[in-house]
Amino acid sequence: MSTNTENMEELVGKDYEHGFVTDIDTDTVAPGLNEETIAFISKKKEEPKWLLEWRLKAYRHWLTMEDPTWAHLDIEHIDYQAISYYSAPKSKDDGPKSLDEVDPKLLETYEKLGIPLQEQKFLAGVAVDAVFDSVSVATTFKGKLADAGVIFCSFSEAVKEHPELVKKYLGSVVPAADNFFGALNSAVFTDGSFVYIPKGVRCPMELSTYFRINASNTGQFERTLIIADEKSHVSYLEGCTAPMRDENQLHAAVVELVALEDAEIKYSTVQNWYPGDENGVGGIYNFVTKRADCRGNNSKVSWTQVETGSAITWKYPSCILKGDNSVGEFYSVAVTNNYQQADTGTKMIHIGKNTSSTIISKGISARHAQQSYRGLVKISKSAENARNYTQCDSLLMGDQCGAHTFPYIEAKNSSATVEHEASTSKIGDDQLFYCMQRGIKEEDAVNMIVNGFCKEVFKELPMEFAVEAQKLLGITLEGAVG
Amino acid sequence: MLNIQNLHAKIGNKEILKGLNLSVNAGEVHAIMGPNGSGKSTLANVLAGRNGYDVTKGTVEYEGNNLLELAPEERAWAGVFLAFQYPVEIPGVNNVYLLKAAVNAVRKYRGEPELDAVEFLGLIKEKMKIVKMKEDLLNRSVNEGFSGGEKKRNEIFQMSVLEPKLAILDETDSGLDIDALKIVSEGVNSLRNEERSIILVTHYQRLLDYIKPDHVHVLSNGKIIKSGGPDLALELEEKGYDWIKEEAA
Ligand SMILES: Nc1ncnc2c1ncn2[C@@H]1O[C@H](COP(=O)(O)OP(=O)(O)OP(=O)(O)O)[C@@H](O)[C@H]1O
Ligand SMILES: [Mg+2]
Repeated sequence: MSTNTENMEELVGKDYEHGFVTDIDTDTVAPGLNEETIAFISKKKEEPKWLLEWRLKAYRHWLTMEDPTWAHLDIEHIDYQAISYYSAPKSKDDGPKSLDEVDPKLLETYEKLGIPLQEQKFLAGVAVDAVFDSVSVATTFKGKLADAGVIFCSFSEAVKEHPELVKKYLGSVVPAADNFFGALNSAVFTDGSFVYIPKGVRCPMELSTYFRINASNTGQFERTLIIADEKSHVSYLEGCTAPMRDENQLHAAVVELVALEDAEIKYSTVQNWYPGDENGVGGIYNFVTKRADCRGNNSKVSWTQVETGSAITWKYPSCILKGDNSVGEFYSVAVTNNYQQADTGTKMIHIGKNTSSTIISKGISARHAQQSYRGLVKISKSAENARNYTQCDSLLMGDQCGAHTFPYIEAKNSSATVEHEASTSKIGDDQLFYCMQRGIKEEDAVNMIVNGFCKEVFKELPMEFAVEAQKLLGITLEGAVG
Repeated sequence: MLNIQNLHAKIGNKEILKGLNLSVNAGEVHAIMGPNGSGKSTLANVLAGRNGYDVTKGTVEYEGNNLLELAPEERAWAGVFLAFQYPVEIPGVNNVYLLKAAVNAVRKYRGEPELDAVEFLGLIKEKMKIVKMKEDLLNRSVNEGFSGGEKKRNEIFQMSVLEPKLAILDETDSGLDIDALKIVSEGVNSLRNEERSIILVTHYQRLLDYIKPDHVHVLSNGKIIKSGGPDLALELEEKGYDWIKEEAA
């Protein structure tokens, strides 16, 4: 594991060895974190003063905090001074000139995912002249969204164009001082997405960050804020559905969702950051804080995540069920292979009356991977007639991997109904042999069994996403048995 | 069709098959009987290519080719089918889905177009009648929660859909009730033709009343120690195995 951090420092640090650079053209900052770095970021983004203050406050608090150690993870100490906190998108000239220069293994993966060639070039960062179709696509969408009154833009843009909304909601779900990585993000976040759905509006299309995050090639510390005003509805898709080459990076994002009365937010993630190689060298540290505030009565938030990438995942998309009758859902598939580690789960905090939550967690571990489900269901005194149903299933492939379950339940109101079910199973050689005897190849058999195991979660994903998630699973687990 | 010569096979360090010879022609039905632990399932598994079985000596020729060189799925594509003594449960995988994947894998191998959902349903509707397969079993997970008899019937149903050239039925009759035995036997009989060979592993002469074998073999201690016609099964039913073992010794 120590090579991990060394590589990380080396990689992240090496481009930026010339100290603090103020030259506007280069847009880079030397490794290291202090108030100056933060001021630099804020200035680069032409932020208002209050936001800089907000960042600095977060930073000062972060200094008093310690790396969390409670997760069932083996994390090498991260040197936060060795990381560069601002790096503008690489210019076209830095990237590979043609597909010939791109790692063939990466291209193979794209191919398997069925990503068209033009898009492959784009994802691999190849300098393509007509930047991408999505530019025009995005503008057409933008028109359609604007007609509906929906705001969907980058976080930086929102700070400039809709400061009142940002100021009102930023940090209102995940306070700047919430947790170590959340505070770090609050201090140094560079960009992310902003969504506002006005009252009574059903967002006319699924919103996705797929293109934008890939395009900007940032995303180490992104910040996303989604507000669904009364009686509105939005479905948001996040993630790279193609593997990124962002090796050895710390990725500490914060996502805040606010659902007002009768509003509904569906947030789907397919996370496939670089997981490191077969020996556990490299890969993303994915430390993400995601939280939804079901602020209004009858509001609903549903998290669906498919986590296949990253060397380490630390992530607990949560719901605070404040409004009466509000509903929180968490559907998760997490896959860990080789030396990947994941400690993931959710928190459902019941505060309002008749609130209900559902947790379906499917964990798959192969080879040496370790995985934990960590969940908290908290029923406050005020949460009359709250209901929770939790189901945690683990699937193991091989003898050396591990699955652990840490369900915490705190019920302070006796009218609550809390149900928990858990299971652990193994893909057996006899199951695979049965399939192969029927003419099905081993990898297809593994796919079939794994997809069967994940069915309940996949059906929550939008159609195209579900298809990609299935393929991704197959690729992630390739050769994991046998 | 199938020619096994001097087959020796080990599981771990334990030799189970110890010089087995068996020759099966196209269109024939061979019954293999023998005491518990004599190596009948081992033979079936070795023919199907299961992991963990080491062939240390001997040859297996199937349709003129070396069967032992092929991967399990390649053997399936080439028409080898094993009805398992203990069919495994696969939670979450739909029974019909698995079967469709199996049919299409074979079709792909043969260069035939894959069947779409409608065509496939047409095919299985036909076959379901043959073994009187209950519809609800089709849409459940593979063998999950099936009764012992239902699992066996599912094996024969799969066989009727896959139409193999060489079918090895490992104690398919065990666990079937009297009516089911009859239905399954009729299913097997309906699949009999000049091109298809069947190896029936069984403990009970009763099955052979329904499915008339051309040859009956006794497998004991890893070898075929006696072969004969259908009468041999009757004799075994009456006298047990000891007399043959003595004869062979
Ligand atoms: N995985 C294994 N490890 C060690 N020994 C094994 C293993 N599998 C089978 N055997 C042994 O091999 C021998 C033959 O087993 P096999 O299952 O082929 O017998 P069989 O003739 O099919 O018996 P039955 O009539 O009871 O089904 C038995 O002694 C059995 O204990
Ligand atoms: Mg047996």
